[in-house]
Amino acid sequence: MMFFLEATIAGLLAGVMYSLVALGFVLIFKASGVFNFAQGVMALFAALTLVGLLQGTVPFVHTNNPDWALPAWLAIIITILVMILLAVLIERLILRHLVNQEHIILFMATLGLAYVLEGAGDLIWGSDVKVLDLGLPQGANDWLLDNYDLYVEKIEMVAAVTAVLLVTVLAIFFHKTRIGRALRAVADDHQAALSVGISLRTIWVIVWSVSGIVALVAGVMWGAKSGIQFSLSLIALKALPVLMLGGFTSIPGAIIGGLIIGVGEKWAEIYAGPYIGGAIENWFAYMLALIFLLFRPQGLFGEKIIERV
Amino acid sequence: MDQSVEKTETSEVAAETPPPILSVNNIEVIYNHVILVLKGVSLDVPKGGIVALLGANGAGKTTTLKAISNLLNAERGEVTKGSINFEGAEVHALSPNDLVKRGCIQVMEGRHCFEHLTVEENLLTGAYTRGSDRKGVRSDIEMVYGYFPRLKERRTSLAGYISGGEQQMCAIGRALMSRPKMMLLDEPSMGLAPQLVEEIFEITKRLNEEQGVSVLLAEQNVNMALRYAQFGYILENGRVVLDGEAATLRENEDVKEFYLGGSGGNRKSFRDVKHYKRRKRWLA
Repeated sequence: MMFFLEATIAGLLAGVMYSLVALGFVLIFKASGVFNFAQGVMALFAALTLVGLLQGTVPFVHTNNPDWALPAWLAIIITILVMILLAVLIERLILRHLVNQEHIILFMATLGLAYVLEGAGDLIWGSDVKVLDLGLPQGANDWLLDNYDLYVEKIEMVAAVTAVLLVTVLAIFFHKTRIGRALRAVADDHQAALSVGISLRTIWVIVWSVSGIVALVAGVMWGAKSGIQFSLSLIALKALPVLMLGGFTSIPGAIIGGLIIGVGEKWAEIYAGPYIGGAIENWFAYMLALIFLLFRPQGLFGEKIIERV
Repeated sequence: MDQSVEKTETSEVAAETPPPILSVNNIEVIYNHVILVLKGVSLDVPKGGIVALLGANGAGKTTTLKAISNLLNAERGEVTKGSINFEGAEVHALSPNDLVKRGCIQVMEGRHCFEHLTVEENLLTGAYTRGSDRKGVRSDIEMVYGYFPRLKERRTSLAGYISGGEQQMCAIGRALMSRPKMMLLDEPSMGLAPQLVEEIFEITKRLNEEQGVSVLLAEQNVNMALRYAQFGYILENGRVVLDGEAATLRENEDVKEFYLGGSGGNRKSFRDVKHYKRRKRWLA
């Protein structure tokens, strides 16, 4: 029983990490109908920038200059500014020129963006594996281990709390503020949004900035767990099944989808694994996504395609 | 309208002919750099007036409205000649966003409500350009509900699920929330029952009188439009082929023939009509 509980908690917490990545996708998809292939690389780029600033890495030279090392709070603020600048550049150089094009064309553009960002990350900060030390707690939670004999990673608990905070803030932003409403309006109907005087350019910069910041959070959490290196950008692939499960347009969907996949993976690995030779964890999520695509393509919480008869 | 009329702006004369709130001068619109859609359209909307822009499918009504509200760019269209003046200032290079701020807003054909937002959220979105004027926005929402009591009943419904008539009301109400001086209405009658069409036109008329909103109305429903407008322009193939007071247009034989259906006693067979049409083009 204890083992089951432990697996479930580990699954839930891993799921939160998936959700963090999926969130960034949902934001951009909601506001511009674009599936942003570069989301994973954005997380990597954000994490690289943060680490670079923390360690005082000299850009393009890749040597560490301890005098340039910044305190954590300042590094985070500067990284956020970098992500906003990135959003502005993306709007200027890409989105602006592709207004009203097919979604697939925008998708291809983000594919290109992914490669550019990946290269830029390597070029500026170097390609070696970096350790992110933000002073986040490591190891197991002693209290749970001593009293209940449960092994729960502290970093994952921090990630869970962060995710809850992030989602609360985003939900309030989307539903209670003028800009948030405008974002949802743009998601529904570009043309109509333009006609009531919403500036698409502003909205796009805002939404890419927000998702850049979400990418930073995801990058930090994953980076603290497994080091910062190229493979970090592949977490985007893990977010895909989460999105199919939860729905591309739903923030709660991204969270719950992440949790289901996290837990499902662990259970499948532990209880079904031994019978078919293990390694279920690697493909379980995609299998689940496939089933969803067959029977409920909008996902659990995705917006239904409204068709009036 | 007659371009040769001198625009005397002295205050004494102005009482007689106030300067138009919107004046479009000989604009040409090209889509995709090759398709010429408007071939020199000119029109004036007097301050506080309702002007109808009439014509069949593909005549260029929507394009004219979009050229004014500057929604063309998003569709790869471009105004290549002519000028558009709103309240005396050239607006053809302004973004839709700036234009809405100045008080000129379009209600698009086919309603285009934000389907996944509630009716009330739709209205709030209309006030986007007004910034964070909460009190004013609140009282304007009540004003809109005053004109469209049905919207108040459906305030928490998603706009995608309300009826077509309600969506049209929602779209007009949303535009009202920007406190417009001028509204460009694109086919508000589309796909609605005659009774509803009448209701919408009736409300538009009241908005025009009570809120002082000038209206440029693009319509295929010529009969209805000419009952509410004071002045009308008829577009054909991207050109204004006829214009005049609404009453005059209603009596015009050609308008009756082509748009109001039948010109009295002797109905022509379809073949004759086509023939007649081909022989006698508009020559304005």
